[in-house]
Amino acid sequence: MNYRMIGRINALILLIEGFFMIPALIFSLVDRDFAVTKGFLITMGAIVVFAGILLLLSRKAKRGFYAREGLVCVGIGWILISLFGSCPYWISGQIPNFANALFESVSGLTTTGASIVPAVENLARAINYWRCFTHWLGGMGVLVFLLAVAPIGEQSEGFTMHLLRAESPGPSVGKLVPRMRRTAAILYIIYILLTLLDFLFLVCGEMPAFDALCTSFATAGTGGFGIKNDSIAGYSPYIQNVCTVFMLLFGVNFSCYYLILLRQVKNVLKDEEFRLYWGVVIASTALITFNLFRAATYTTFGETLRHSAFQVSSIITTTGFATTNFDLWPTFSKAILLFLMTIGACAGSTGGGFKFARVLLIFKALGRNIRQLLHPNSVKVIHVNGRQVDEKTISNTNAFLVAYVVILISSFLLLCIDHISVLTGFTAVLACLNNVGPGLDAVGPACNYAGLSIFSKIVLIIDMLAGRLEIFPILILFSRRTWKKY
Amino acid sequence: MKILIAGGGKLGETLARQLSLEKHEITLVDTDSAILELCVNRFDVMAVQGNCAAMEVLQEAGVKSANLLIAVTGSDEANLLCCTTAHWMNPDLHTIARIRNPEYNEQAYLMKDAFAISMTVNPDQQAATEIERLLKYPGFLKRDTFAKGRMEIVELRLDAGSKLCNVPLNNLNSIIKCKVLVCTVLRDGNAITPTGHFVLQEGDRLFVTAPTDTLSVLLKNLGAITHRVSRVMIVGGGKIGYYLADALQKSHVDVQLIERNEEKCEALANLLPDINVIHGDASEQALLESEGLHSSSALVALTGLDELNMVIALYGKRANVPQVITKVSRIEDTSVIDNLSLGSVINPGNLCCNTIVRYVRAMQNQVGAAITVHSIADGKAEASEFLIDETMPHCGEPLKSLKLRENVLIVGINRGNHTEIPNGDSVFYAGDSVIVVSDGKNVIGHFSDIFA
Repeated sequence: MNYRMIGRINALILLIEGFFMIPALIFSLVDRDFAVTKGFLITMGAIVVFAGILLLLSRKAKRGFYAREGLVCVGIGWILISLFGSCPYWISGQIPNFANALFESVSGLTTTGASIVPAVENLARAINYWRCFTHWLGGMGVLVFLLAVAPIGEQSEGFTMHLLRAESPGPSVGKLVPRMRRTAAILYIIYILLTLLDFLFLVCGEMPAFDALCTSFATAGTGGFGIKNDSIAGYSPYIQNVCTVFMLLFGVNFSCYYLILLRQVKNVLKDEEFRLYWGVVIASTALITFNLFRAATYTTFGETLRHSAFQVSSIITTTGFATTNFDLWPTFSKAILLFLMTIGACAGSTGGGFKFARVLLIFKALGRNIRQLLHPNSVKVIHVNGRQVDEKTISNTNAFLVAYVVILISSFLLLCIDHISVLTGFTAVLACLNNVGPGLDAVGPACNYAGLSIFSKIVLIIDMLAGRLEIFPILILFSRRTWKKY
Repeated sequence: MKILIAGGGKLGETLARQLSLEKHEITLVDTDSAILELCVNRFDVMAVQGNCAAMEVLQEAGVKSANLLIAVTGSDEANLLCCTTAHWMNPDLHTIARIRNPEYNEQAYLMKDAFAISMTVNPDQQAATEIERLLKYPGFLKRDTFAKGRMEIVELRLDAGSKLCNVPLNNLNSIIKCKVLVCTVLRDGNAITPTGHFVLQEGDRLFVTAPTDTLSVLLKNLGAITHRVSRVMIVGGGKIGYYLADALQKSHVDVQLIERNEEKCEALANLLPDINVIHGDASEQALLESEGLHSSSALVALTGLDELNMVIALYGKRANVPQVITKVSRIEDTSVIDNLSLGSVINPGNLCCNTIVRYVRAMQNQVGAAITVHSIADGKAEASEFLIDETMPHCGEPLKSLKLRENVLIVGINRGNHTEIPNGDSVFYAGDSVIVVSDGKNVIGHFSDIFA
């Protein structure tokens, strides 16, 4: 294993994280909140020292960077940025317990949005900014950012593909343009432009600029940290609708936006994943609206539609904002939300979950198996968007499904060691593994994760990381084979 | 530049690596997803799966915005169709097609415009030409030509007992009695740019710049025999074998061509009536003996198997054949076979790749771009030729006053008909061409890149 190259790349992503703490530092200085300033300064100092030592040790990094190195690098990198990202919370004393601080940090970076803070309005402004910013950074991925800004792998051979593949979600990750650096830059430019657009729309709705900044960061990363105790519920219906639209936009595969930029709108509209995504959004909104309206949960039809559309888009994109306590909804509506939680957003978006692209593949493979039961000799090739999907991708997707279910069940078992309700335990795991945030019952939108034991929190931290990195980069760190020398 | 490469075989892969290192935007098209996967993992390129001659696939690969298409699939017909189709879709596109079938050679040239091909490459023919050139000067492992053939960089290997072993470079000229310059030494797989105090050792491979007319003097004074090649044994009757035998027969060399496949033998005997075509298995040493290996002046191993070629070459070396040439197609880093005395090692894919890279650099066509580029020392160093005009820096200044980058050497200046191996007092003027050798770490795209 090429430890030096891994060390070098990790040092660089830590420096990027440290660099992005500067705005938070400025906020704390403006607010004259020196405990927080101290927290950020010490963290940044620690990052510089740690990254400096890593860079020094990895001076003579050799070539030779393969799939294994890519996975390990991404896995370790995310653990490191989570650790350092939690330091400001902990050192500043805003979240005194380190396990809680780490939970908050992981939840931020993995764009989960599950919080252990009972009253976020009591947090310092700089800390709230940092919480939301970690969503933005983790949404598109810090390694993708590194690939966009640093000339990594241009001189040596193009190992960068292993990094992109390990960090970006989806069953088959590809480049938009031949050069990795431009691909990463295009992704980030689209990301920044959409975030800016979101921010402007929010400000137009007379949302305070700081709130709009944090909300657009949390929306863009499909994270879900709010800076208000009641999430988005306190804002005007206009702001809630803007959030609904932008959450859905950030749940779309970013290559669709690239195609739109290339004026190939037709190809986007024909994309099977794209159509399935919007179809599911519309269908589940309609079903929930109907269900809520019959149960007369809200007074007017408009209000019912607004709340159901918001919650559907919040859950399907795995953002986790809430405008209402959906834990009080009728069972059928909650069941639909749980179903959406599992699927998640599109591949290549900032959302989490199982991804529509995989659902598509799994169901097509299932259909083929049924057909082959009836016609044992039939030969059938699976197509997506008119292109043949190779068998390797399908078997990888099947393996992913198995790993996903195994993690889901084992985490659920571990969580149930504590005295919690079955619904709490199950939805907590589901919400963390899919990077959604709020679950149901004791971890519902009106509650938070503070009540869980440290052990449960650690399990959920691993779940969140595994969910964001699509399981394998984290799973591989636990394999003895990974660390074997040969 | 945006470049499409159709076909991810050995040549396609080599091109993808080389051109992506030179910061071009490469899209690779192939039908085999496993090959594409491999390339995407190793190089900074994009891959599109499909038939490269189909419009839809070309469209997806972005042919409309591409500058160059290189069609190097296994099939000549697919390459031609690919170029024609792509050019129809994008009239500004340059196209390079690999054509291997000798029967198409002429029509590919005559129908250039109809097929819309800017250049054709034929790795086999190129390899054959290269081998023929080597046979003219036995003793050199490789020859690269510059300044319209007036200057060459030749490769020599110091075997045990060579006059040059343990000689510092300062004393070199007194032994070989002509003006040459050692620009690179390959020792233990590392390319070294030597200084005057550098002492040569057995096993070193030297890359020497010399005017073409001094080559025979150089060889004679080195103690290598420069007799005319009179009898050549070629093993393997593939396309290279055919081209080579054809060329040699025209210059009245006695050629024995050994081929295992009987049908191929008949076809060759039909095409090459003056050649002695022998049907037999060349891995049988007795056959080589009985066909007069000992009295041959050269042995060329050209079978489709690299391993077999190496074994045949080793056998030829032991039988004291004066010149041995080995074809190796699949080994990228030849340092692993450096310690075997295989004689000259020829890699058709690399030769062809060099030609295409040269075309690409010429297409960029900036003022001051290299007009020819050869990779030497197993690709660890690069020799480029630049045309000098008034806009170039340091025109008319003596070389000793210039500060060059580390490991960059000016090895030759050509003015009109006259070539010069430069020393500290030499100068270059507008209109000259200058040959520069650099280590492969930095791509020298522009002449001004050589200065510190």
